[in-house]
Amino acid sequence: MSQSNEKKNPVAERLLNGIVKENPTFVLMLGMCPTLAVTTSAINGLGMGLTTMVVLALSNVFISLLRGIIPDKVRIPAFIVIIASFVTMVELLLQGFIPFLYDALGIYIPLIVVNCIILGRAEAYAYKNPVIPSLFDGIGMGLGFSVALTCIGAVRELLGAGEIFGIHVMPDSFVPVSIFIMAPGAFFVLAVLTAIQNKVKIIGERKGKDMSKIQSGCNSDCMNCGDTGCTKRLIDERKEQAREEEK
Amino acid sequence: MMKELLVILIASSLVNNVVLSQFLGLCPFLGVSKKTETATGMGVAVIFVITLASAVAGAIYQFILLPFHIAYLQTIVFILVIAALVQFVEMFLKKFIPGLYQSLGVYLPLITTNCAVLGVALTNVQKSYGILTGIVNGFATAVGFTISIVILAGIREKLTYNDIPESFRGMPIVLVTAGLMAIAFCGFSGLL
Repeated sequence: MSQSNEKKNPVAERLLNGIVKENPTFVLMLGMCPTLAVTTSAINGLGMGLTTMVVLALSNVFISLLRGIIPDKVRIPAFIVIIASFVTMVELLLQGFIPFLYDALGIYIPLIVVNCIILGRAEAYAYKNPVIPSLFDGIGMGLGFSVALTCIGAVRELLGAGEIFGIHVMPDSFVPVSIFIMAPGAFFVLAVLTAIQNKVKIIGERKGKDMSKIQSGCNSDCMNCGDTGCTKRLIDERKEQAREEEK
Repeated sequence: MMKELLVILIASSLVNNVVLSQFLGLCPFLGVSKKTETATGMGVAVIFVITLASAVAGAIYQFILLPFHIAYLQTIVFILVIAALVQFVEMFLKKFIPGLYQSLGVYLPLITTNCAVLGVALTNVQKSYGILTGIVNGFATAVGFTISIVILAGIREKLTYNDIPESFRGMPIVLVTAGLMAIAFCGFSGLL
C-alpha cells in the first residue's frame, strides 16, 4: 500500500474504499435483502459475498468497456441485461461446481440481479471510469460486502448455534439462542448494527467531521433498492415532494 | 385443486411471509411505511403488479422458454419483462384510467424491480407451479406484503410519540419492530 498521498495508487485506493471507507453494508447500507436472508451462518455469508463480488467485478469491467457505446438514455436496461447475464453464468457455475452453496443460497442467487450495490456501482463508478479502476472498485466493494456478510453471519451463528464456520466454540453450558438463526434474529442483528452506525455518526458530527457518506439504506429510506441504485430514488423523492406540496 | 390453492394462499401470505420470513421487498417495507395511508397505497400497487407479473412471467415460461429449451435464461427474461410491464402499466393507467393512476402512480416506479416481484416469478418456476397456481401464489405473496407493511406503518405512527434512545431513532427501532413482528408471524407456522 502506498503511503504518500500525492501519488495515490488507484488499485489500493479502490480496494480500501470498498472495504473500509464506503463499505456497502456498514456504511452505505445497500443490498439489505441478501444481507438478512443468507447470513444464517458465516459460511453462507461468505459464499454470498464472494458470489456477489464475482458478479460485481465482471459487470463493472464489462460496463466500463462499453461505456462509450451504451447510449445514455437506455443505460439502465443495458446495465440490467449485462448484470443478469453474469448472474446467470455464475448461478450455473455454482450449480455445477459448488452444489452445497447453490442449495444453501437458493433463490437469492438469481436475486443478485436486483442487489442495488451492483447497479449502484455500475451507475456511480463503472459507467464513468476506465476498466482497471472499475475492476478493482468491483473487487473492493465485493470484498467489503463479503467481510460484512461473514461478520454478521458469524455473530448470528455464534449466538444461535454456538458455532463459527461449523466449529463448536462456545462452552457446553451455553444454551444457543436459536432465534438468532431464524428470521427475527436477522432484524435484531441489523437493528443493533444500524444503531451502532447511528452512534458513530452522532459522535462524528459532534466532533465536526463530515459524516454525509454514512447513510442508512440510501439516506435512511431506501425506497428504490435495486431499481436504479440511488439515482432514480432521488427523482422519485422529488416527485413525492412535489405531490405533497400540491396537497 | 381448490384445497391446494387455499393451502398456497395461506402459506404464502402468512406462514412464509415475503418480508418477515424471506426478506424480499424489504426496501419498500422499510422506506414507505411511515404512514398507513401511503403504506396501503404501496400495498395495493404491489398486489396489482405482482399478480400481473406472475401471470405474464408464468405464461412466458410455459409457452416460450420451455418449448425452446431456454429455461436457463429465466432470470434475464423475467427482469426485463417485469421492468417493461411496470412501465407499460404506468403508461396505460395514465392514459386510460387516470383515477387509478392518481392513487397508484407514485408507487409504480418504486416497484419496477422490487426484489419481491422477481422473487415470486422465480419461486413459481422453482416450485414448478402452473400458471393459475402461480397467479394465486403471486397474489397471496403480495397480500402478505400488504398485511405486514400496513401493520408496520400503524406501529410506526404510534412510535413517533415515544421517547427512543438517540442512537436507536430512525431505522434501528423500525428494524426492532420488524423483528418482533417476525416473531409474531412465526406463530402462523402452526396453521399448516
